[in-house]
Amino acid sequence: MSVMIIEHLHKSFGGLSAVLDFNAYLEEQELIGLIGPNGAGKTTVFNLITGVYKPDEGTIRFAGQNITGLPPYEICSRGIARTFQNIRLFKDLTVLDNVRIALHKDVQYPLLSAVFRSPGFFKGEADIRKEADEFLEIFNLADKRDEIASNLPYGEQRRLEIARALATHPRLLILDEPAAGMNPQETAELMELIRSIRQQFNLTILLIEHDMSLVMGVCERIYVLDYGQIIAEGSPEEIRNNKRVIEAYLGEEVS
Amino acid sequence: MQKTQHFKPVQFIIEVGILVVIFTLVQYLISAGLLNQYYQINLASICINIILAVSLNLINGFTGQLSLGHAGFMAVGAYASVIMTTYMELPFIVGIIAACLAAALAGFIIGVPTLRLRGDYLAIATLGFGEIIRVVLQNIDYVNGPAGIMGISKLSTWPWLFGSVVITILVIVNLVNSSYGRAIISVREDEVAAELMGVNTTKYKVLAFVVGAMFAGLAGALYAHYFYIIKPETFNFMKSFDILVMVVLGGLGSTTGAIIAAIFITVLTAALQSFPAIRMILYAVILVTVMIYRPQGLMGNRELGRRTFGRLWGDKK
Repeated sequence: MSVMIIEHLHKSFGGLSAVLDFNAYLEEQELIGLIGPNGAGKTTVFNLITGVYKPDEGTIRFAGQNITGLPPYEICSRGIARTFQNIRLFKDLTVLDNVRIALHKDVQYPLLSAVFRSPGFFKGEADIRKEADEFLEIFNLADKRDEIASNLPYGEQRRLEIARALATHPRLLILDEPAAGMNPQETAELMELIRSIRQQFNLTILLIEHDMSLVMGVCERIYVLDYGQIIAEGSPEEIRNNKRVIEAYLGEEVS
Repeated sequence: MQKTQHFKPVQFIIEVGILVVIFTLVQYLISAGLLNQYYQINLASICINIILAVSLNLINGFTGQLSLGHAGFMAVGAYASVIMTTYMELPFIVGIIAACLAAALAGFIIGVPTLRLRGDYLAIATLGFGEIIRVVLQNIDYVNGPAGIMGISKLSTWPWLFGSVVITILVIVNLVNSSYGRAIISVREDEVAAELMGVNTTKYKVLAFVVGAMFAGLAGALYAHYFYIIKPETFNFMKSFDILVMVVLGGLGSTTGAIIAAIFITVLTAALQSFPAIRMILYAVILVTVMIYRPQGLMGNRELGRRTFGRLWGDKK
């Protein structure tokens, strides 16, 4: 069953159509890549899905419900989480607090319980702490939990962003260039990580990536976007040999 | 920034004990006549300013929303409480509750439309609303317009002042050190990221604004019932600005910083009263010096508290 169906999505900024008649579907627990040259509109698609931008036209259906135009926090609570192309951690807060903020939407005690420090508060906080520690454990960040996020090395900041996104309990995880700035070794580890979290959390994953080794290595299906339109769709093998894709990336052959 | 919290009975008893000792000591000094009028007035001002600074710090420091209308909420609280006690002759507690509710309502009404704005725009909008409250009060005959209300009974005694300070600090510290507080802080850190992590940022901005306004209203009620007289002019922009100075001086996002700065500024203002000619110059020089050498404020965004004292006592936890 398709977990997400996007139909006729359209977004323009002034006179520029950033996304033009975008159609896509994501199957349950699929790993899908969205690729395309710079400026093709990939991040705009992500921003439309997560509610940062409101689409001009078209519908986005997630888990059978229409989520078009909902505010971002509402979309997040329906089960879509994301990371950012340029890391957007809460950089002056600790690693632990970054994850705990993501856990806030499922907080188990009411506001007044926090103010009056009722037993429910202490229990709720202990549960949040336990769960946050579990996420940090999975991402190998447990012994850095009290560090300020901006003091982490780059690769760990990327990992923390994924941990934070997962802490919102998503069904669909959207990764915007997760391997950007990573060396081949780190990219290989990231591929492993992406595969294992999909297994562990039963996730559908949609990712934008320029690193073709990662895209071809982990994605089961790929959409190629150029000038706001999908120019190709298929398995990594099909995409690799698609003439339009090669043209979009390398330009047309002069005959 | 914060550890997981457990209820620690011993620590709790020690802290309550310290509060009881401070309270009884001052109460004794007052009733034994050892604290003259001058010190008593300053003590009351310190209490009121702590409430104002700590509550504004929730909005400006923790939520990161620059509000310049705090005196407006103080005015709402002051007038609401005086209407209850002086006009309707109801007990002081009713006046205090009315002050809190009226100011919280004003905070809600002002917060919902203005908190869509950011940074400078929000500052201007809240400044404007603060002034609107003042001008509206000036034009209501029921509260004597610009002349204000005189002959308010002096009901803000030490127990009320002390109790209000403790409750204000307790509520705001408890709020900030909870999951709700982390949501509030996430708005300051990165609004877009917070929203995408499932935090309804508008809701938490309004929440912080309403709670902050509520305690400003409490401060207004205490003020009115200590200084006998209130008039709209008292709650002008300069008053909001004074509170902002305390918050920035103490360090945005530090409750202990706000408390220290509130005490510091109140004492400084009082001490400089003997030098009327150069008072404002000295005041300004001190502020400028602090801001040059410690632009993040006295405390930055750190807190002075259990952990700091714990370290002093060699407690490794």
